[in-house]
Amino acid sequence: MTYILKPKLHHPSLPKNALGFTRRDYEGRVSTLCAGCGHDSISAAIIQAVWELSIEPHRVAKISGIGCSSKTPDYFLSQSHGFNSVHGRMPSVLTGANLANRDLIYLGVSGDGDSASIGLGQFAHSIRRGVNMSYIVENNGVYGLTKGQFSATSDKGSKSKKGVENTESGIDLVALALQLGATYVGRSFSGDKEQLVPLIKGALSHHGPAFLDVISPCVAFNNHTGSTKSFDYVREHNEAVNRLDVILGRTPITAEYKAGEVREVTQHDGSVLRLRKLHDDYDPTDKIGAANYLQERHAEGEIVTGLLYVDPEATDLHDRLDTTARPLNQLNTADLTPGADALAKINASLR
Amino acid sequence: MPDTLTQGGSAKPAGLAAVNDFVVKFANVNGSGSASANGLFAKAIIRMGVPVAARNIFPSNIQGLPTWYEVRVSGAGHLGRRGGVDLAVPLNPQTWEDDVKEISPGGYLFYDSTKPLPASKFRDDIHIIGVPLTAICNEAYKIPRERQLFKNICYVGALSWLINIDPAVVEQLLKEEFASKPKLIGANLNAFNLGRDWAKANLKPIGLQLQTSDAVGDRIFVEGNAAAALGAVYGGATVCAWYPITPSTSVAEAFTGYCEDFRTNADGTKNYAIVQGEDEIASIGIVVGAGWNGARAFTCTSGPGISLMNEFIGLSYFAEIPVVIFDVQRGGPSTGMPTRTQQSDLLLAAYASHGDTKHVLLLPSDPGECFTMGAQAFDLADRLQTTVFVMLDLDIGMQEWLVEPFKWDDARRIDRGKVMTAEELEAGKFFGRYTDVDGDGIPYRTWPGTHPNKGAYFTRGTSRNRLAGYSEKGIDYQDNMERLLKKFHTAAALVPAPVVRSAKQSTKIGALYFGSTAPAMHEALETLERQGHHIDAMRVRAFPFSQEVFDFIHAHDEICVVEQNRDAQLRSLLMIEGGIDPAHLTSILHYDGTPITARFLCDAIGKRLEARKATRQVTGKADKQ
Ligand SMILES: Cc1ncc(C[n+]2csc(CCOP(=O)(O)OP(=O)(O)O)c2C)c(N)n1
Ligand code: SF4
Ligand SMILES: [Mg+2]
Repeated sequence: MTYILKPKLHHPSLPKNALGFTRRDYEGRVSTLCAGCGHDSISAAIIQAVWELSIEPHRVAKISGIGCSSKTPDYFLSQSHGFNSVHGRMPSVLTGANLANRDLIYLGVSGDGDSASIGLGQFAHSIRRGVNMSYIVENNGVYGLTKGQFSATSDKGSKSKKGVENTESGIDLVALALQLGATYVGRSFSGDKEQLVPLIKGALSHHGPAFLDVISPCVAFNNHTGSTKSFDYVREHNEAVNRLDVILGRTPITAEYKAGEVREVTQHDGSVLRLRKLHDDYDPTDKIGAANYLQERHAEGEIVTGLLYVDPEATDLHDRLDTTARPLNQLNTADLTPGADALAKINASLR
Repeated sequence: MPDTLTQGGSAKPAGLAAVNDFVVKFANVNGSGSASANGLFAKAIIRMGVPVAARNIFPSNIQGLPTWYEVRVSGAGHLGRRGGVDLAVPLNPQTWEDDVKEISPGGYLFYDSTKPLPASKFRDDIHIIGVPLTAICNEAYKIPRERQLFKNICYVGALSWLINIDPAVVEQLLKEEFASKPKLIGANLNAFNLGRDWAKANLKPIGLQLQTSDAVGDRIFVEGNAAAALGAVYGGATVCAWYPITPSTSVAEAFTGYCEDFRTNADGTKNYAIVQGEDEIASIGIVVGAGWNGARAFTCTSGPGISLMNEFIGLSYFAEIPVVIFDVQRGGPSTGMPTRTQQSDLLLAAYASHGDTKHVLLLPSDPGECFTMGAQAFDLADRLQTTVFVMLDLDIGMQEWLVEPFKWDDARRIDRGKVMTAEELEAGKFFGRYTDVDGDGIPYRTWPGTHPNKGAYFTRGTSRNRLAGYSEKGIDYQDNMERLLKKFHTAAALVPAPVVRSAKQSTKIGALYFGSTAPAMHEALETLERQGHHIDAMRVRAFPFSQEVFDFIHAHDEICVVEQNRDAQLRSLLMIEGGIDPAHLTSILHYDGTPITARFLCDAIGKRLEARKATRQVTGKADKQ
């Protein structure tokens, strides 16, 4: 028996998606973050993306670590199960959840402290393991929840709110994710909904480890001059390589862009990523090129955003493990327990 | 000087004489291929129907360091270590001195006599049996590797003559072992006969003799780690995440093997997922995630791994997520001692993590219970929505034990505990994630993706009310903590009950023990009884303790608590959880890393009881026996 989610009653003028839901049906509890926090914009982008993709909210599992960023799954998709786990360990919890039921969509939400400091190991290994997930780091270059310490993504030379200069070099999670084998890698900015929403949509429809680094200024501790993660700094140094549109397999493709400017990438599930190139020489399926480009622009003090790399033929952990198509949590006694006869044979082999 | 005869000079005690009741100890070099020869020796005796307790004592090393293999032959069926050595087979010059020292007076020393050794290397009060193993093998084999490997089977051949191992049994075992490589059957049999024939021509059988018996019955010979893994398969585990650590590694390895055999579909796809994590934190995280999402999941580790997993273990307690952990206990940190056995993780596991936490521990005493408790742990974890530890130790986990065959009832069904289905939610059944509707402290849960608009909730460690809403109110926190405590009390009634062995006479002395101590303890109890010490004994099989455990303690004037750790951890648990007066509990502790022996127990408990009698006589009190 299947159950169909009945849309709540809303104002009739609210736009509906293919399931008949409005964006309201994808909202969560009221946020408790500081007014103006970049993380709230990312939550809004997630709501928009899932709504636009017409995903049934309960088919999403939201998993996070600890931090202001990791609190956000409570503020979107209230019909989805969520798990605010432990600091830096979202990737392992998500991996286990994914192993238990391959049919859900796994959204991992983390912070830069959560993923680049305490959780760097789990970040790395979940990606190289090929877990099918959308891994979003809400990157403010600071520990928000513990009140403003530098994080490992803080750039060398950037200044804290108290004026202290960071002397350690910053980790670029995007560069790492590329190297570690993420098959969908993008970066965006919480203040750029136009760019962010399609990137999240592409990640959610990607089959494999999708990683998004979203720069998300912390208005309380990291939105001052001297910070390289402030709204102003990012707006000035943003170097977008492309603009993305995600078109589901079933949607007719319309030619919006001039030929020559558009590049289409068809993903495993039939969804089409349409990239409007801002840079002629940028090819998002060229991993080495992407890595080089990132380094070049970084040296120039620019933050490259957009879809940086995608492997449309990606595989995931289940493909590698050759797990049954049925979710493991649906297997029952008959599937799992070999029975008394098999045990008698094992006994015989042990005498 | 050494000579092959068992009749010594005037000072020499007569050779030990026993039928189906003696201890043989092999000393080898790790990686020299001796393990399979020693295993063949033990298995041949079992096939003759004579019970054997065999123990590998091995270093943290792949090649070169000393290893020992102790075979206790016990027609009476004692499967613990007895203590002492009757026949030593020291084939490792590095440990010769110690190995020779250990032999009981009148015992036997079997050695490779190819190179003459000075008289000072021997003892006058033991019987020396030299067999030129190297010379025999060098003559028979040209390839160095073969010379080394077949030397092992060669000494088994020589011993077979000396103690009367049936060669037909050995032949049969070799045929079974090398069924897929028939060439090896003949080659091994040849080597066996080389040794046997040489011994037959030059030596007389010794006083330690084997006699075919029917004392083994249909028992099986199996390691606890393999049994636990099989229990996980039968218990319905589908996700295993682990990080290698001795002595637990072979749980994951055996699980992999059994899953390949029993959980692979006709199209090659798998009804399981095994991930070698990057560390123990990731491993337990994967288990927590899988448990949250409705799969039966476990990890296997040892003390250092538990230390790393602490934060997640606490989360599983608070967030109420089923988790199974097989902890194969060993000595403390680093390498070396850690490949020895101990029961020293009890407190670590029982109260793992921060905040107020307590966890369910199952305490198997042999591989048979590793199987049953291994399977049961998954039902308990699902039913109680919490972490369940299965506490093995190296002695159980990595040694082959003779146990009753595994049993399974095909009518048994996996118990997924209180999981709300889409149908129940659709029908409007009340769902409050942390609400105690049944009065047992156990709430209902839903798995992600169950229903489009009912039953979703947000999981967090603390800070929630009965409906899983965010709350930092003290009253909500306390309410939740009280319910968790109630749930823990419920657990006490669900876990395996203790097993009592009453003394033949009524007594005010009791003993508590658990885990791998059991066989040595049973033997010691018999011996002590013969010496006039009557003791009621209770084998504790789980934590939390049931009321029975405390009733037993209160029904006796003195309780000996036997454990294989320094800090008397079971005793602490009894004091903490039952408010037991420390003076009521006498510790009997063995923690040098070797498995506890019956002789040690008789001595330690016997002394304690003698001392008790003496003070009672002085004070005029008499034991009400
Ligand atoms: C094991 C552990 N250590 C430390 C903390 C304290 N802590 C909570 S959030 C946090 C940092 C969060 O930073 P980030 O992931 O960047 O999230 P943000 O608040 O900036 O969004 C720390 C150190 C913790 N919860 N757990
Ligand atoms: S402290 Fe910073 S990261 Fe946290 S909620 Fe406030 S603005 Fe956002
Ligand atoms: Mg941060």
